[in-house]
Amino acid sequence: MLLTSSSFKRNVRRKLEDPSLQRNMKRFGGRFVEARAAVMTEVDNLEEIRVAAAAIRDRSLANLDSYLVEFEAQAQARGTQVHWAETAQDVNRILIEIARTNGVRKIVKSKSMVSEESGLNDAVAAAGMQAIETDLGEYILQLAEEPPSHIIAPAIHKSVEEVAELFSEKHHTPRQTDIPALCREAREQLRPHFLSADMGISGGNFLIAETGSVVIVTNEGNGRMVTTLPRIHVAITGIEKVLPTLNDFSTVVRLLTRSATGQSITNYVSMLTGPRQEGDHDGPEQSHIILVDSGRSRLLGTELQQALRCIRCGACMNHCPVYQNIGGHAYGWVYPGPIGAVLTPSYVGLENALDLPQASTLCGACQVVCPVKIPLPELMRVLREKSFSQGLRPWHERWSIVLWRTAASHPRLYAGLTRLAVRLLRRLGGKDRLLHRLPGLDGWTEGRDMPAPSGQTFRELYRKRKS
Amino acid sequence: MQVGLFVTCLVDLMRPRIGFATLKLLERAGCTVVVPPQQTCCGQPGFNSGDRESGRAMALRFLADFEAFEYVVAPSGSCTGMIRCHYAELFPEDSALQARLNALSARTYELTQFLVDVLHLERVDSTFAGSCTYHDSCSGLRELGIKKQPRALIAGIPSAELHEMDKPEICCGFGGTFSIKLGDIATRMADNKCQDILSTGADAIVGGDLGCLLNIEGRLRRLGDQHTRVLHVAEVLAGPEPEGD
Repeated sequence: MLLTSSSFKRNVRRKLEDPSLQRNMKRFGGRFVEARAAVMTEVDNLEEIRVAAAAIRDRSLANLDSYLVEFEAQAQARGTQVHWAETAQDVNRILIEIARTNGVRKIVKSKSMVSEESGLNDAVAAAGMQAIETDLGEYILQLAEEPPSHIIAPAIHKSVEEVAELFSEKHHTPRQTDIPALCREAREQLRPHFLSADMGISGGNFLIAETGSVVIVTNEGNGRMVTTLPRIHVAITGIEKVLPTLNDFSTVVRLLTRSATGQSITNYVSMLTGPRQEGDHDGPEQSHIILVDSGRSRLLGTELQQALRCIRCGACMNHCPVYQNIGGHAYGWVYPGPIGAVLTPSYVGLENALDLPQASTLCGACQVVCPVKIPLPELMRVLREKSFSQGLRPWHERWSIVLWRTAASHPRLYAGLTRLAVRLLRRLGGKDRLLHRLPGLDGWTEGRDMPAPSGQTFRELYRKRKS
Repeated sequence: MQVGLFVTCLVDLMRPRIGFATLKLLERAGCTVVVPPQQTCCGQPGFNSGDRESGRAMALRFLADFEAFEYVVAPSGSCTGMIRCHYAELFPEDSALQARLNALSARTYELTQFLVDVLHLERVDSTFAGSCTYHDSCSGLRELGIKKQPRALIAGIPSAELHEMDKPEICCGFGGTFSIKLGDIATRMADNKCQDILSTGADAIVGGDLGCLLNIEGRLRRLGDQHTRVLHVAEVLAGPEPEGD
């Protein structure tokens, strides 16, 4: 996927001034937030499950190598071919190789964020094959030629009216705004593709080491079609998604669907364990899995390893007041919101996504709802420390911080400087005691006044009162 | 009971009357309050900007200024959160120092937390009159669990009314240096907060952190609202001071 995280500030400005995006984000507003809050009341020991889920994910990551080897052995024993992709380019290369070897011309895809990392659809098209997205949101975006803006609700930035317009234009059908009718229209368009595709690509929410299964958790049913109808199924997922046992999965899935869409369970939970066996009614002739590293293993053993616990529920972005206002596209890559602010710099390089770890007030709303207790504000701070110590932040920011630290470490110097500053600012504040413009603080004064100080510091006044 | 007052850099520089209101509340509650004159800042602006050294230097400064006190009180959930949740972790190499910082952190409180949870104060004597709405600042709410304390104290003021706004727990967009680095987003978040505040029709927006209050006030005034009062909870609880200091 095209990386635009380095122009984050420009993206933000554009998104804040985009009336239709703003309207759509407001409409989306708290829907997932409210649904999550409501469904969590079903669970009386939520905190215990969160602790258990975090521990399961930590255990998986601490022994990632051995669980992956176990997964590979189990998957192979059941006839799945396991491929290892070190980089995003490897993902595309391996997939195209499998497709070419088997004479594939048409591919149907259910949702896979990992395939967005490598821009798989473009690579497939360049190789002369057709890949059709079948998740409704992804299908809409493929028609609109846009990237996803949310990891579980990829087209959340679009309104029904915009989708109606798009369908009418691309399908050459009469415009209709009734949602069930639009779904039916998409279904009619997609059905022939399901039936004629040679290959199905899915993501994988989890890998189960003890059985060699890929688990996908979905709502629309397209996942079942993609993984069972075509003669070849390829699952693409990150190496961090492994869970030791089915029992572990049963704990984690209780939190995944509730945290994501506010559902007790999704419509479909599919365990894919190898190709069609003798006596099976359906299933692919070949089953493949591509296990993707692409920057993940670099985080192991560092403070950022905790980010790999992520089970991709999207609760952090749903609850993030920054995401709620700017939407997912502004973040400039596959993963938006707080988890994206940590993963994007980690995967594509901090220098290519410098503003993302700064794009948070550290309000902590994400950490409170994260089902696997990822300390997201702390991880953003870790990345801020890296930026600061590697000299990647603008010079004026670094100097102001060093100046403040130096002054605040020397109380007499600090007293002198602050006496001066408050007097100056008091004067600049004028009669209405508001600073409308402050050189160097344009970021503040462009949209807000700065209430002026009263002219003397508390410590001065206190000393006078005492004497 | 001897209390060290950590006035915080923002209150010290921007709105000293909050410091005096805090002093008055603590003294009325029977505390002997001392203001160590050497105090400066908790270090959060630098720490959150990625300068760990700011955090470490200010943690040591705080320790030198306040270790002697039985309790430390600050009129800010954010600075208290910095002290309680982050100081000790800044010195992983020195467990003795960590122990001292942990001990000091454990007796450092945000103002309303101290009044309600430590002093078990049920009501304050305040002449504040009017309706207000309360914004829950993020650090106080999520790092320290402050939610009921300020509301309980405001409820005890006979002439005050509290009207809850929609989403009082959502961030106002301040976030320290975030409010300058990403001013566009901060302004939009402040704007949303202002709309929620104005919808209550309250005379005053009250909160426990001056940073958030400056952000909210700055946006309200820019929007042309000159009458909604923006007050720190200490000012409401101590009763309004005459304007001008």
